[in-house]
Amino acid sequence: MAEPTAAAAALADVTPEPGVSKPDPILVVDEVRRSFGGLTAVNVDHLEIQRGAITSLIGPNGAGKTTFFNLMTGFDRPDRGTWSFNGQPLANVPAHKVARLGMVRTFQLTKALTRLSVMENMLLGATQQRGERFLSALLPTIWSAQETEIRARADELLARFNMDYMRDELGGELSGGQRKLLEMARALMVEPEMVMLDEPMAGVNPALTQSLLTHVKDLPSFGMTVLFVEHDMDVVMDISDWVIVMAQGKIISEGPPAAVAADPQVIDAYIGEDHGDESRFTPTTLATTAAASTETVGRSPVLDDHEGPATGDVSAPSDDPDGESHA
Amino acid sequence: MVVGARRGCVLALRRIAVTALLAVLLVPTLLVAPVLATDVEVVAQEDTDEADDAGDEEDAGGEEFRGTLVTGDDEPIPGVIITVETLDGEVVGQVESDEDGSWSQPVPEPGDYVVTLQADTLPEGVELRDPERASLETNVRTGQERTLLFPFGEAAEVTPFSERLISQTFNGLKFGVIIAIAAIGLSLIFGTTGLVNFSHGELVTTGAVIAWFLNAPAGVGAGIQLIGAGAIAVVISAAIGGAIDRGLWQPLRKRRTGLIQMLVITIGMMLVLRNVNQLVFGSSSRPYFDYTIQDAFVIGPLRVTPRDLIVLLLALIVLVLVATMLQRTRIGKAMRAVSDNRDLAESSGINVTRVILVIWILGTGLAGFGGILNGLVENVSFIMGFRLLLLMFAGVILGGLGTAYGAMFGSIVVGLVTELSTLFFSTELKLVWALFVLIIILLVRPQGLLGRAERIG
Amino acid sequence: MDVFLAILASSVNTAIGPSAIVYALAASGLNVHYGYTGLLNFGQVGFMLMGAAGLAISVSIFEVPFFVGLLCGVLAAVLLALVLGAPTLRLRADYLAISTIAAAEILRFTSRSNTLAEFTGGPFGIPSQVGGAGFTQTWNAMNPIPPGRYSFGWLQFTHTRLWVVIVGWILVALVCLLIWSLMRSPWGRVVRSIREDEDAARALGKNVFAYKMQALILGGVLGGTAGMVLVLFQGSFFADGFRPELTFYAYTALIMGGAATIFGPVLGSLTFWFLLAVTERTLTLTGILPSGAGGATRLALVGLLLVILMVFRPQGILGNKREMVLDG
Repeated sequence: MAEPTAAAAALADVTPEPGVSKPDPILVVDEVRRSFGGLTAVNVDHLEIQRGAITSLIGPNGAGKTTFFNLMTGFDRPDRGTWSFNGQPLANVPAHKVARLGMVRTFQLTKALTRLSVMENMLLGATQQRGERFLSALLPTIWSAQETEIRARADELLARFNMDYMRDELGGELSGGQRKLLEMARALMVEPEMVMLDEPMAGVNPALTQSLLTHVKDLPSFGMTVLFVEHDMDVVMDISDWVIVMAQGKIISEGPPAAVAADPQVIDAYIGEDHGDESRFTPTTLATTAAASTETVGRSPVLDDHEGPATGDVSAPSDDPDGESHA
Repeated sequence: MVVGARRGCVLALRRIAVTALLAVLLVPTLLVAPVLATDVEVVAQEDTDEADDAGDEEDAGGEEFRGTLVTGDDEPIPGVIITVETLDGEVVGQVESDEDGSWSQPVPEPGDYVVTLQADTLPEGVELRDPERASLETNVRTGQERTLLFPFGEAAEVTPFSERLISQTFNGLKFGVIIAIAAIGLSLIFGTTGLVNFSHGELVTTGAVIAWFLNAPAGVGAGIQLIGAGAIAVVISAAIGGAIDRGLWQPLRKRRTGLIQMLVITIGMMLVLRNVNQLVFGSSSRPYFDYTIQDAFVIGPLRVTPRDLIVLLLALIVLVLVATMLQRTRIGKAMRAVSDNRDLAESSGINVTRVILVIWILGTGLAGFGGILNGLVENVSFIMGFRLLLLMFAGVILGGLGTAYGAMFGSIVVGLVTELSTLFFSTELKLVWALFVLIIILLVRPQGLLGRAERIG
Repeated sequence: MDVFLAILASSVNTAIGPSAIVYALAASGLNVHYGYTGLLNFGQVGFMLMGAAGLAISVSIFEVPFFVGLLCGVLAAVLLALVLGAPTLRLRADYLAISTIAAAEILRFTSRSNTLAEFTGGPFGIPSQVGGAGFTQTWNAMNPIPPGRYSFGWLQFTHTRLWVVIVGWILVALVCLLIWSLMRSPWGRVVRSIREDEDAARALGKNVFAYKMQALILGGVLGGTAGMVLVLFQGSFFADGFRPELTFYAYTALIMGGAATIFGPVLGSLTFWFLLAVTERTLTLTGILPSGAGGATRLALVGLLLVILMVFRPQGILGNKREMVLDG
């Protein structure tokens, strides 16, 4: 780690074991289960996410990461279980209310609003807009002042993300990486306390990756907590204060990046998932990555098990509760 | 290796597609022929058994409905209003019974009409024997002056409920399997391409209309006996389906046209096909030229014409064949695979484009076949397909959108609901109940009775 | 040449007539649904029927004052939107398409059946003179134009038609103003974001269901208004005037003019009726087709036009090509 962040320092004394308590949790999850047919996609006994930290959620394909995100943010309903955000219970709270409470997510398949301009995408993120009510909408005097304020805030954020020059482009005209950036900036317009990023770097070219990473790293300094799903171990090792590993719906390990990388259970989980392609992952590469993570600039696709099976391979594709292999 | 396997697969697909098509075509020919040979062509029971028929046919044109209203004591009933309207509800005319209780109402052309006695215009103390029969759906042939009877007074012999239950169950089943056959294509096309095809009903009509022209006597049509005509019409329907997919949908899919855009295109297609059918066939509804008049035979409490029985059996056999094809054959498995997960199927070496083409050919052929069966038990009209379309949607959604078995099961349920509702409610509302079921299902179990719940994300 | 001019004149006459007004209103409603919110309502005719029945039944049968009747028409459309939207707005778009078309047919079958004839007049509907007053009486009494025939160049009107046309186009203009002011507001922004991706809107804290419902109601009320204009012009209400085809034609008009544009539906309706009139009159007046065959032919051509438009110019006359490219 370049310099231990405040959050990393706060987590220094926490025992790296699944379900461990944190000093200042913002999200607390208990006994959450979700199954599809016979397949248990998520089965989390207890999990706490530390406030102000960057926590990454990793795990092999089909581990249930995206389903877990969907459950936490109200986009899917668990079979049972409770979880609370800032002490507020969130079971049965609809997705839009979860967002208003300050927990905002992004999507693995980017949802840039294609036929809205970049600026409109941003403006949409602001909450409590008077002009969003049907009758008030008819009277611009009610909302125009607030609109100006929101626009200023959007301009500021766009400048911070180096996107201000494309504010009039349509969302659909942006490149994949720019969309990811836009989606993140738009999420920040909600002024959330916690952002949940589902694979923010997937499909982004290396030049933009660095920029995205910097923005993610910055978020805690704006008082935000970050939970993100990522496949690229370099990224995970680089920016996380804490790493949670899921496999087959369960939390199998959690701890600081280095501790997790050395956890034999984690290595087992990944090897079990690997389709016999030795070059893609070995315990050694994981250990090396952990050790070298401070210096990492270029990326090696270690653990990037994101590619689907080779064409013509009939037997490999398995049931995949996250739909991850079709990204 | 892979290339070889693919070629093998393609060849197999092609062979099985042809076999499947032939099966659909041949079954009618093989099965109907021997049974129908035993038909006795005697004027006995009209297919619309709702009106007593004293059909005195005359050479001169000028079709009309007429009758005399008398009470059970043979007293004439004057001043009762009777209206005649088309099946689509367009009022053709309205007439009042005269001093002798007689009435007559000319109609513009032969076809199906609904003749309604306005019960509220009856004098005090006179009531229809069966209030349900104030509205008669009936048919008039070229030049026919059709006499209709409205019986008044105490109901002398009301059909017992159990008998009506049995006969309506039979009718519902018959109607249900026809919907099912027509709906398979709708469901498979949705399952594989995500397209909600609003023009599917018109493909049903097209099949029926083609068969009608092939069946019509020389001068109007080709004069082919209905079995042959039907088989050819199914082939032509299937070919049309293939042509539509090749000529329109394949290029559109290649251009990555949005689904909603494609849905609106199907609406345009629907308008084109329907109005072309109307131009070619005319606005009236007409029967086929074979098997229209048959002796009903009695099986226990059930009176049924051989034609209806054969339609039911034939439809059931085709359904079983299609189900077997989906379950056992390679192309069937490929169809289900594409329906389940298109990308996965594609990456597993299935030629998705070809599978979709086969589905269009098969689905449209079946739609045409369903249209012919429907034309056989009711009549052929340019609007029949659209009427079936909503019921097909109901069936397909009921069973679970995109699953072929679901479509079969759901359609049969819809057919039963439609016919059984007439046991308790007015006949004119029978379609309403079917559509109502559709909305209820959407409310409580949108994935359909047999479908799986969908996942988000 | 005379034939050509006659065709043109009578086609223009049709194009600005009451039918075009009815379609402009109905298509504007669909524009709110489909163009802006992405709701596939294929039962717009059901809303039209509710508006028309609400007005005709309340005034002719229950003898409420005319303006209360108008309110009843609007409320009937709102009611349908609530009943239809509550179960289906949470489902996928194509489910809404199927259930709206089914609901519209249920309404038509039911209101033309003899079961409800006491209120709806069954298959005969409600002619304007039923119930003494008749629902068009106040409407006609309000007409300030002295009886007679009026002509402005090619255009010819009776005083009743002129009255409908004037009020109708004013109404269309007001509707355009309403849609414009809504769509430039933050409300319009949310609604358009739902069209693009409702999960994204939800993730940003928008109550997607409530917005969809509001849009369904707004577009439905515009449909109901169209239905009211229709029966006021016809002078009678009957259920079979509200067939599913009406919805499809309104869609054609909307797409022809350009979905998600303010004037698209209006321009589309004008064009739609102009083209219908031109094709029919050309076909019949020039003797290419017998007079009876014109109807089906022109509707087949409408269908063909819809297909061609959707394939080659899906953005319509006024639509933005840049946006449409992104739709695929």
